[in-house]
Amino acid sequence: MSDELIQRVRTVIANTQRIPVEKITIDSSFQELGIDSMDGVNILFALENEFNITIPDEAAKQIRDVRQMIEGVEKLIGGGTADAAPVTS
Amino acid sequence: MHRVAVTGIGVICALGRNADEFAGALREGRSGIRPIQGSDCSTLRFRNGAEVAAYDHHPYFDDKRADFMDRFAQFAVIAAREAVADAGVEWTPELRESSAIITGSCVGGQATEDAGFHNVYKMGQTRVHPLTIPKTMANAGASHISMEFGITGPSFTISTACSSASHAIGQAFWMVRSGMAPMAITGGSEAPFSYGILKAWEALRVVSPDTCRPFSKDRTGMILGEGGAMLVLEPLEAAKARGARIHAEIVGFGMSSDACHITQPSADGAARAMRAAVCDAHLMPEAIAYINAHGTGTQANDLTETSAIRAVFGPHAERLAVSSTKSMHGHALGAAGALEAMAVILGMRDGFVPPTANYNEPDPECDLDVVPNAARTAQVEYAISNSFAFGGLNAVLAFRR
Repeated sequence: MSDELIQRVRTVIANTQRIPVEKITIDSSFQELGIDSMDGVNILFALENEFNITIPDEAAKQIRDVRQMIEGVEKLIGGGTADAAPVTS
Repeated sequence: MHRVAVTGIGVICALGRNADEFAGALREGRSGIRPIQGSDCSTLRFRNGAEVAAYDHHPYFDDKRADFMDRFAQFAVIAAREAVADAGVEWTPELRESSAIITGSCVGGQATEDAGFHNVYKMGQTRVHPLTIPKTMANAGASHISMEFGITGPSFTISTACSSASHAIGQAFWMVRSGMAPMAITGGSEAPFSYGILKAWEALRVVSPDTCRPFSKDRTGMILGEGGAMLVLEPLEAAKARGARIHAEIVGFGMSSDACHITQPSADGAARAMRAAVCDAHLMPEAIAYINAHGTGTQANDLTETSAIRAVFGPHAERLAVSSTKSMHGHALGAAGALEAMAVILGMRDGFVPPTANYNEPDPECDLDVVPNAARTAQVEYAISNSFAFGGLNAVLAFRR
């Protein structure tokens, strides 16, 4: 997991949640950051745009903290979108 | 104060194009969920919906009239025609002037809007069709019903997302009960199978890739539906005096708002709406035998609704039958409350409780009697129907056989 990737995911979360990026560490849970289910869906949307990936619903449901989110993104940009739904864009 | 009778019913949805077909499907526990035909789903994370199969306006409207009506407004008029014919309404000038029309719709004619905007944004056209606005407005269903029958009394539309039709029926019920209107046509209609709308639902990550399995441990979300359902309401004594067939009575209506979250449900808000409906009906909770649940099949709703029902009914919750007919007709958004009111009325009238279809596995956190997969023969005296909308706006109707 590269520093650049971590930084980009933290920035997406910060921008979406409208909180300072410094508040977000790799070990932050969504609960600590006040991220509820609708916020989580908003962040997934922003991540899909940032990384041009498609995050499947099933994978999305498991994510509870920043680390899982970064790992999930890493898997999708590394392994493509093989386990995701087809995308057009 | 009048007692309020349901003397006319009409419905079109994935389960059938009239009340008899709808009742037959509910009794058989037959699901109308199929691969979506109305829109290209190859780029969506879901494929299935509960559409009115092979719908064409032709048996119902000539081309000229249909040109002025989005599909959702067509469903409203089709259901209203059946309900009015079923009620055997004998129109007089006075009745036309004083009858009310109250409809519910969530997205209105957004499919028309979606197509028009596609033309300008994507196809490079410079104009949008001039009927886009009158076809899109959510009150078009009520307006076309008024023109269909020449009804010139109070008519309006309520848009409270998934509670729209229940709020509409509740208002109509109160207007007839109080004597403000001698008759009301009320219900809801919806037709959300347009690509832009489907993409917006996909983004919410609440639509099942499979089917709708309310209260089942393996549930994976909701399934969108479409259709229209309308009721004719009138004072019980007037209905009896003219020898009308009485399908059921509406006896109570309760509303609440969660004041909590724009999408997450609250058990407290749901419970307060159920209590309000039971109280408005002057009943004790123990009188209720059946609940047609909001039961969307999402993780959040089914858990929250279960705990709300337990909070309201206490030990009596163990004796309640609770089913979600969304497992069969899908979640028709602003029409949902009307389809579900219809399911309650038909079940009470014909002596059965409709099932929760597609049910696989008990969920310890949704541990009510959810009438899994097969309808049950039962003479239900009192029932309620729950509608809990996004935005936390709740509406519950109470019925009597």
